Order: sequence, then structure tokens, then C-alpha cells
Amino acid sequence: MTALTVGFDLLLSAALLWLAWQALFLPLRFAAVVHFMAFNLLMALVWVRLEAPDVALAEAAIGAGVTGALLLTALGRLPGGGSRRAHPRRWHRYWRYLAIFSAFVSAVWLAWSVQHLPRPGLTTEIMAALDTTGVSHAVTAVLLNIRAIDTLLEVAVMLGAVMLVWSLGPALRPFAPATALPGLPALSRLLHPLFLLVPTYLLWRGAHAPGGAFPAGAVLGAGGILLLLADGVSWMQQPRYNLLLRLLLIAGLALFVVVGLGGLLLTGTFLAIPQAQAKAVILAVEVATALSIALMLMALYLYGEPGR
Amino acid sequence: MSVFYATVASLLCGMAIISLFRTQDLLRRILALNVMASAVFLMLVTIAHTDAGIDPVPHVMVLTGIVVAVSTTAAALGLTIRAHERRRHEESQ
Repeated sequence: MTALTVGFDLLLSAALLWLAWQALFLPLRFAAVVHFMAFNLLMALVWVRLEAPDVALAEAAIGAGVTGALLLTALGRLPGGGSRRAHPRRWHRYWRYLAIFSAFVSAVWLAWSVQHLPRPGLTTEIMAALDTTGVSHAVTAVLLNIRAIDTLLEVAVMLGAVMLVWSLGPALRPFAPATALPGLPALSRLLHPLFLLVPTYLLWRGAHAPGGAFPAGAVLGAGGILLLLADGVSWMQQPRYNLLLRLLLIAGLALFVVVGLGGLLLTGTFLAIPQAQAKAVILAVEVATALSIALMLMALYLYGEPGR
Repeated sequence: MSVFYATVASLLCGMAIISLFRTQDLLRRILALNVMASAVFLMLVTIAHTDAGIDPVPHVMVLTGIVVAVSTTAAALGLTIRAHERRRHEESQ
């Protein structure tokens, strides 16, 4: 059994390093992007191996799914990979050896220092406080109750990215495919119930098992990007839905801030949730955050402000 | 096992740094930054294995980090596309 797991670990990390090498040093851009997507998919397996199923769910949906879609769309807008700029800069040989040597030495030093870091951990403290948080899964409890301020700021960062991308200009019109693809609208229509069912399940499961707002929002956003590709959400481009779209985008952040201010009024601490209402409040915040994350991923994918 | 994956993470970090400084292509630089972010996440998750069990706090930091990474990637790609379109526009004039 142990020989099997050691073999699996070796195979997994060798594949990881090879894919990263291909993604970083292949001259052709398209091949690099495809290798990078496969790299992210293998990262999800590594998270499972390191007993981090929450991270694995988010990585599979965001790292391999949404990032890949973003990169491929950007690739279609940039000039071909065979151009002069795609090749690495020509360095003098000694400089190159020196750079590789110093990067290798720093990597070894980094590995050594990571293994000698003190690892106090907060496991016992969090397990002791778990009963007061309203949920029984430790990661969700930390995410939405104990360290809710991190999640609040993270949603704010994401909204900031959407504002930056939208301020660059109107949304990019998707290129018309060279051949008609009758399969794409049919596929997205067939898959759409699944893209609604899976996030709902993940959201509900988050209270007691791996799941929660981030994987749910990511899966919903990936489904939304598929709909955008199939031209299924024309309402996003229409000016009369502009206000609604913006309200939905800020819904997660707004509800989070309202909960924080409510905690300030009731208990005197920003973002403190009273224990009796904790379960209901966390569920409401999770639903709003998941919807906002899904819509923000779709908004980022447009690479510009729709309806302008 | 966590020691093993920490070594893999540091090797990934070294590769990403070399690629980040060698390439002139903006898309490749974004890829290098993403690989480096994955390496840092891998280190955080290996640190989560403590004597008292698995610490959920680094897992939460990585979850937050993945979402922030996709936001910054999208913003950087948007800027890259606009910069390229502008350059092409100027060249055609």
C-alpha cells in the first residue's frame, strides 16, 4: 500500500514538473496554455492527496476551468505564437548559467527553510470554537465566521478586478466560428440543469462537509461562461438590464457589509455573528457570495463593459 | 509526504522565476506568475500538516488566494489584449 502511494506521489510530481516546464518554456503559446490547463488539473489531484478537498474543488473549477477559458480567449486576440516576441530573450551563456544556478540554489534553500518552519497551527483553537460558529465544517467556519474579514476583502478585490476590466472599454465581440457549431448551444442547454444542481448541492453541503460558496460560485460561473460562448445570455448586453447586472454583481459584498454592520450594532464587534442566528446568516451570505462570484467570473470573461 | 511536496513546490518556484525573467511575451509572464502562485499555495498546504492534525486556516488562505489569482489573471489579460490592440491600431495608421 505504501509503495503504491509513494509511486503515485512520484508519478504525480514528475508529471507536474514536466507540465510546468512545457507551459513555461515551450515556444508555442497555444501549447503552453494547454499544458498550463493540464497542470492545474493535476494540481487538483495534489490537493486531494494532501487532504485539502475544499481547495481541490475550487482548483478544478477555477484553475482548470475558468482560468483556461480566460487564457484561450485572450490567446485568440493576440498575434500568432510563432512571432519573434514569443521566443525567450537571448542571453549571454554565462549569465544564463548563473541565473539557472542561483534559481536552483534559492529553490533548495526555500525547500530547506519550509521544512524547518515552526508549525504551531490553530487546529485545537478552531476545533474548540467550532460549536459557536453555526456550522460544523472547519473550513467554512473559518471562511465565513472566524476570519470573515478575509472573505469580505477578497470579494472586494474581485469586484475591483471587474471594475478595472470594464473600465478598459466595451465588451469584446466573440469571433464568429469558421464553421457553424450546432452542438454548442445544444450541449450548453443539456448541461445547464447540471450546472444549477451541482452548485446548489455544494452550497448546502458546505455547512458540514467540503463544499461551500467558493466551489459553488466557481461551478456556476463556469456554466455561465459556457452560456456566454453559446450566446445564451443576451440580456447582459442590453442597456436596460445594466442596473440589475450591477446590483447582482455587488450583492455578495453588500450583504457581507450589512452583516458586518449588524454585528457591530448587536455585539459591538464588526462582523461578529450572534450564535443563535449564525447558521441562517452564514447560509444567506454564502448564497449571495456564490451568485456574485459566478456573475463576476462571467463579467471578467467579457473583457470589457457590456452594453456600451 | 508533505516534505516531498514542499520540495516540488520550491522547484516549481525556481522554474517560474527563470521563465518570468527570460521571456518577453506578456502571456507567458502571466503563466509564470500563475505557476508561482500554485507553488506558494502548495507550500501553504504542506505547512497545514501539524502534529495536532490538519490546520484549516492555511486551506482557507489558499481558497481565498485561488479566487484572487483568477481575478488578477483576468485583469492582466484584459490589459494585455488592450495594449496589443492599441499597438496594432498605431501600426496600421
